[in-house]
Amino acid sequence: MNTATASPPETSPSLKARIIGAPSAGPLLVLIGFCVIFALTNPRFLATHNLSIILQQTVIIGVLAIGQTLVILTAGIDLAVGAICVLGTIVAGKLVNLGYDPVLSMGFAVLVCTAAGLAAGGLVSGLRLPPFIVTLGILGILTAALRLISEGGAFAVRDPFLSWTGNTMKLGGFVLTYGVLIMFTLYAVVWYFLNQTKWGRHVYAIGNNPEAARLVGIPVRRHLLSVYLVAGLIYGIAAWLALGRIPNADPNAMQTANLDSITAVVIGGTSLFGGRGGLIGTLIGALIVGVLRNGLTLAGIDPLWQDLVTGILVIIAVALDQMSRRRN
Amino acid sequence: MSFHRIRTSARSKALQAGISALGLMLGVAFGAGSASAQEVIVGLVTKTEVNPFFAKMRQAAEARAKEKGVKLIARAGKFDGDNEGQVAAIEDLISAGAKGILVTPNNSSGMLDIIKKAREAGVLVIALDTATDPADAVDATFATDNFEAGVQQGTYARKAMGDTKAVVAMLDGTPGGTVDTFRHDGYLKGFGIAEGDPSIAGAAITNGAQDKGQVGMENLLSKNGDINAVYTINEPAAAGAYAALKSFGKESDVMLTSIDGGCAGVRDVKDGKIAATVMQFPYKMASMGIDAVAEYAATGKKPSGFVNTGSFLITDKPVEGLESKDTAWGLENCWGD
Amino acid sequence: MSFETNTETPPHVVLEARNVVKTYGHVTALAGVDFELRAGEILAVVGDNGAGKSTLIKALTGALHPTSGEILLDGAPVHFRGPLDARHAGIETVYQDLAMAPALDIASNLFLGRELRAPGILGSIFRRLDKKRMREEARRAMSELKFRLPSIDNAVEALSGGQRQGVAVARAALFARKLVIMDEPTAALGVRETGQVLELIRSIRERGLAVVLISHNMPNVFDIADRIHIMRLGRRAAVVTPKTHSMNDVVAIMTGAATA
Ligand SMILES: Nc1ncnc2c1ncn2[C@@H]1O[C@H](COP(=O)(O)OP(=O)(O)O)[C@@H](O)[C@H]1O
Ligand SMILES: [Mg+2]
Repeated sequence: MNTATASPPETSPSLKARIIGAPSAGPLLVLIGFCVIFALTNPRFLATHNLSIILQQTVIIGVLAIGQTLVILTAGIDLAVGAICVLGTIVAGKLVNLGYDPVLSMGFAVLVCTAAGLAAGGLVSGLRLPPFIVTLGILGILTAALRLISEGGAFAVRDPFLSWTGNTMKLGGFVLTYGVLIMFTLYAVVWYFLNQTKWGRHVYAIGNNPEAARLVGIPVRRHLLSVYLVAGLIYGIAAWLALGRIPNADPNAMQTANLDSITAVVIGGTSLFGGRGGLIGTLIGALIVGVLRNGLTLAGIDPLWQDLVTGILVIIAVALDQMSRRRN
Repeated sequence: MSFHRIRTSARSKALQAGISALGLMLGVAFGAGSASAQEVIVGLVTKTEVNPFFAKMRQAAEARAKEKGVKLIARAGKFDGDNEGQVAAIEDLISAGAKGILVTPNNSSGMLDIIKKAREAGVLVIALDTATDPADAVDATFATDNFEAGVQQGTYARKAMGDTKAVVAMLDGTPGGTVDTFRHDGYLKGFGIAEGDPSIAGAAITNGAQDKGQVGMENLLSKNGDINAVYTINEPAAAGAYAALKSFGKESDVMLTSIDGGCAGVRDVKDGKIAATVMQFPYKMASMGIDAVAEYAATGKKPSGFVNTGSFLITDKPVEGLESKDTAWGLENCWGD
Repeated sequence: MSFETNTETPPHVVLEARNVVKTYGHVTALAGVDFELRAGEILAVVGDNGAGKSTLIKALTGALHPTSGEILLDGAPVHFRGPLDARHAGIETVYQDLAMAPALDIASNLFLGRELRAPGILGSIFRRLDKKRMREEARRAMSELKFRLPSIDNAVEALSGGQRQGVAVARAALFARKLVIMDEPTAALGVRETGQVLELIRSIRERGLAVVLISHNMPNVFDIADRIHIMRLGRRAAVVTPKTHSMNDVVAIMTGAATA
């Protein structure tokens, strides 16, 4: 037996290898590349207030994409992200406009969103229905429900607490909204759970090989349920952030949020087949979309190019994922 | 992070190739589009890219911008109700240093904060087509008086029907929209009835789309076969309604009217499918908007208040005491071809 | 190590099945099978395709519920509600498809479902994983089994078939307290890799664990097994030893051409 003696040659990978090897290295290169191009074209691009604006524009899709990442990591997909988030804005806005306490109203709205996530998770894990169909169904139901609750129209939501996340603070010459800080905090917290805890490990395992997860004793169904629940909670928080950005509840809003969040996740290098990728990539993916849109406008170029370039990036990302999956 | 480490080198090579390709494409785009620093920049933010009304507006703005020697940057929401998209567009345009922004606000109350910010930054903001609520949130509004246009539609329908007892169907656009409300209320006023009048058989939501207009009309006809007057939010909805009426064999008994002045709509009037439509003038709104920004850049003078860009009743069956133009005139002045 | 059928003190039986039946609708996968695994032995389970080997193993490990029959662990009846129960009872299984998450690294796969938490409040309140300790333990387990791997940080999908099989066997060895069950662990492997895995199986026996080995490969079975349990049509046709019977005898029993 030729393996009997030598102890395994263990080399801890160097820092350089770690950085290049990280799955988000590719998307990061793309982001930096675009930033350099735009900075060269129009110096205004790098103005602190412009960078701050890009961050603010990334908040809603960026946060929705956190939940989307979790769902996609389990090999699912969530088409109801936008609808659940809009539900949150309308519930909170309605209650506050009826005179209820804003903190309780927002809290209740977040609960409602969490419940919507739980419902999706229950159908996916309990009845074993495909996530695509379940969330498509929920999207339809909510779209109708939202029209009914809001009596068809959009309405203004003027409350200091509900729009608090849109307030700004200065951070060393950089003006940030609380919404931006909340977004980064959420990324940090969820990243921690995804990468440093058993819960996150099991999210990857379930997406990667659900049968293996079951055989090693992971309660797959309960775990899936928890993922959709957390996603719903995150969409609820996104609703608060959305009210901070636009103090307005509109049943017609966020119709493309599902596809936009999926785009951020995919460009960020997370596999649509589940089990591969991560949150850092998603944040970068969301920023790429925001930087493209803003940068093209500053360069005076038709922003239709943004859709075109984003489309190309999505295809590249999916192709790379396919290639690497096929190789193994 | 220990996942994925294996395949990274091939992966990042492929990515680098992808990036260079994209860079090249962008380079081409920049070559075509780059703006000099001194140029006066005018932003145009429409509701969507696809609607021919906004397409016409954009074309007219582009043409006028060229004449005036200003640079136009056009942006649009992705769908009706894309408040976030419009807000982001205005933010970007402020960053880009736009002198003035022409906006067709999707949802009037959703845009107020960013419009305020733009004006505070010294940007002239003009609402096109749709007023904000309150209207003085912007410097000026260049738009069709939609209530007046609704009144024109309603008055024509009532007069053209003579003494016939009316049973009315309302094919609305997207409930809650300002334009929607004005046209709807205007029609009722012109028709001489109030909201909730027993002669109103029912309403349907069409989102201004032909397919939904058809479905809505079918459903209303199933509910009440005596319908003989139909209000429509725009001509695509009217075209859908006509298809439904035809399938019920009622196309000649019903007073179908509309608003917009799109070329397809005017042709429908000419063909007798729609009795009359009220034309509005997107190119006027856009070119007046460009003129106003150019003037503001040169002299610092700002327009103010509501500027009605006008609306004309188009029909080949005019009625007594109501001014109208025929479809020949309509086809010369319509938009969307 | 060898077991004579006529020793005076009867050997300790670790795992036993009595008259286990499993039907799927009209299909009878197990038709009243008996099974006996003795302490410290390598018991091979052989049989034609569809004879019921995998189904038997699943019944023994709680991966499915038998229609009827009895399963005893150390002489006491047990009712496993799932694979987790069997694992808690000290039974580890290497499934035919290995039950690995290929995109995760080796250490993560070794500890999948049994992750170690960091000590102190980091672990108890912040639920933080002890990645360092898991990697160290993984490394220790692999070297104890004398199994050589490029790096413990590699994703499992980057390993060769033999290396993956090695990781799966190591996982079972690391956690088993009583016995390890392996379903066709060498089916997809080349000669050299097969040798490595057989070596691993022997080192598990050396640690005092009993091993159930399902295999089609007669030379392997005769090379390594202490006894051979022969399945035929959902029943145990015979139990023989490599000493008393030849490969041809075993094949004849498997196919019904002979009886023991
Ligand atoms: N889930 C199942 N549903 C129906 N029949 C099954 C199922 N699993 C196994 N069988 C049947 O039970 C019999 C025994 O199968 P199996 O235990 O896989 O045999 P082996 O592993 O010895 O090849 C076969 O006839 C097989 O078709
Ligand atoms: Mg089998």
